[in-house]
Amino acid sequence: MAKVEQKGTLAKSDLRDFFREMLLIRRFEEKVEERFRAGELPGFLHVAIGQEAVAVGVCRALEEGDIIASTHRAHGHTLAKGTTPNEVMAELYGKLEGCSHGYGGSMHLYDVERGNMGANAVVGGGLPGIVGAALAFKFRGEPRVAVAFFGDGATNIGTFHESLNLAQLWEVPAVFVCENNHWAESTPGWQHMPIEDVSQRAVAYGMKAVKVDGQDVEAVFKATRRALDHARGGKGPVFLAVETYRLVGHYVGDPQVYRSKEELAETRETRDPLEHLRAKLELPDDEVEEIDREVQEIVEAAVEFAKNGTDPKPEDALKNVYA
Amino acid sequence: MPELSYREAVRDALSRAMREDDDVFVMGEDIAEMGGSMGVTQGMLDEFGPERVRNTPISEMALAGAAIGAAMQGMRPVAEIMYEDFLTLATEQIVNQAAKHRYMSGGQLTVPVTFRTQGGAGWSPGAQHAQQLEAWFVHIPGLKVVFASTPSDVRGLLWSSIYDDNPVVFFEHRTLYGLKEEVPDELEPIPLGRARVHREGEDVTVIATGRLVHEALAAAKEAEQDGVSVEVVDPRTLQPLDEDALISSVKKTNRCVVAHEAVTRMGFGAEVAAVVQYGAFDWLDAPIERVGARFTPLPFAPVMEEWVVPHANDVLAAIRRTLRRDGD
Repeated sequence: MAKVEQKGTLAKSDLRDFFREMLLIRRFEEKVEERFRAGELPGFLHVAIGQEAVAVGVCRALEEGDIIASTHRAHGHTLAKGTTPNEVMAELYGKLEGCSHGYGGSMHLYDVERGNMGANAVVGGGLPGIVGAALAFKFRGEPRVAVAFFGDGATNIGTFHESLNLAQLWEVPAVFVCENNHWAESTPGWQHMPIEDVSQRAVAYGMKAVKVDGQDVEAVFKATRRALDHARGGKGPVFLAVETYRLVGHYVGDPQVYRSKEELAETRETRDPLEHLRAKLELPDDEVEEIDREVQEIVEAAVEFAKNGTDPKPEDALKNVYA
Repeated sequence: MPELSYREAVRDALSRAMREDDDVFVMGEDIAEMGGSMGVTQGMLDEFGPERVRNTPISEMALAGAAIGAAMQGMRPVAEIMYEDFLTLATEQIVNQAAKHRYMSGGQLTVPVTFRTQGGAGWSPGAQHAQQLEAWFVHIPGLKVVFASTPSDVRGLLWSSIYDDNPVVFFEHRTLYGLKEEVPDELEPIPLGRARVHREGEDVTVIATGRLVHEALAAAKEAEQDGVSVEVVDPRTLQPLDEDALISSVKKTNRCVVAHEAVTRMGFGAEVAAVVQYGAFDWLDAPIERVGARFTPLPFAPVMEEWVVPHANDVLAAIRRTLRRDGD
């Protein structure tokens, strides 16, 4: 994966590369939905269609050695952090070649070597661990930053509040990325939060909070870069309130009875991060088609790789319980 | 050999580990200037400073989780949960996170964190400050659970817990903090998963944990006067459990009493009884007796508290019940 230029400015070629990666994540997740509906994938699946710019914008801004903790909606974060489509897909098929070797599944994607400390299926569950990781970096004087992804729904849970308080109190190098997709499963923001601006919650802990348009990958990248500089520079944690949108249901198969079709259609029309970037880059149709063909081939190959992967032995279930 | 109290023995293990190893640090509520609610970490702030003897807000979820996160980066944090009862607040992090990261990652991670906590009846703290909750945690694959009953044990076991690559929930009993014992100058690590025979005997085995080890030893002395020889075994590590030591003791004595302060029903003793009956079925001359607290929250009034939790006389009564079944 090409490293982008450090100063926070992006060349057109970088953004084209971001587009490619976002499209890869989109096609990957569409394929995952398709294979799930075909009955090939076990478990619970949550896709993040519509939120690709957050995953790519944040992860591309990270430095070598920075770590993330993800959520139950983790495919995009994991791919953007550098895990190959083959390894992610193999995990979804429950194969030993998967990034968690078949022990985790969609909601528990790990890739420790590449700095992914795990996707968490307990809402808010990964936040305290990010504070602790950042504390370890601070203890050791390592110039690393720990980054937590979580949704607006997680800002109502105790771990969120305790973690933000602790992170700011100890001024650890952490960045809290709130992907405000406006839905906590089926519950809209207005039903679960008595405030409109989620960043107020960070401000209450004295934390630097920045609002970002999460459908604009360049804006996400730049805001993340500044947040990382702040945290890495010893100035304490940063809260990124990223406005995004989930263009699909909570889980694959969700009939979305709680949401109007008109609203969804309009949002798809106006808030798709891929369309936004394509227009910004003025990418011609044939170029987009070429990129699309390329990423679809990668996704197809990942499915083949996963299907041909190795099933764990049933008794492998007893491994990895203790170190 | 110096004499150390149980409290000093805990402090000694923590301090020695921190002197030797920058990766070890302690964190918890009121542990710095105040030295902890039980005085365990007293003086450590002066030696190690506020970074490594780290006061936390009253935030059990975040402090437990932060310890887990630091452990996943290779540090060896010891988080103090002030009262066992407050483990309830940290349980999501201990059970869903600490116990499972290694597993869910397919073996990519280790989580070498220790959660020290304390509890126990005896001072009338009431229903929210004295529970014994070890049975909750032995039920969770991925956790190790230790319950030490003497100064030398608590020191050696805490050392091994800090240096174990798995998350350990480490129980201390409040009424034991003042208990003194001569301990060697050198800290002798005690491997996790090894029981200790406190007293050898021929007629009945009492398998006891925490405060009940001492109640069992007192009961054994009483029984001796009636000519009954009692063996007292403390598993010390509840998970992993030294099943062989327990079974072989009962094969020798043919009778077994299991004793802990926690509520009897569904308690740790139920599992011990199952292990022993399966492993020593043909050797048993009497049903296994269980001694524990009555099935109620802990009351405040001292007369009620005293009545709810078990004492030496309850252990002695259980020993006698096993003998009444004597086939002779």
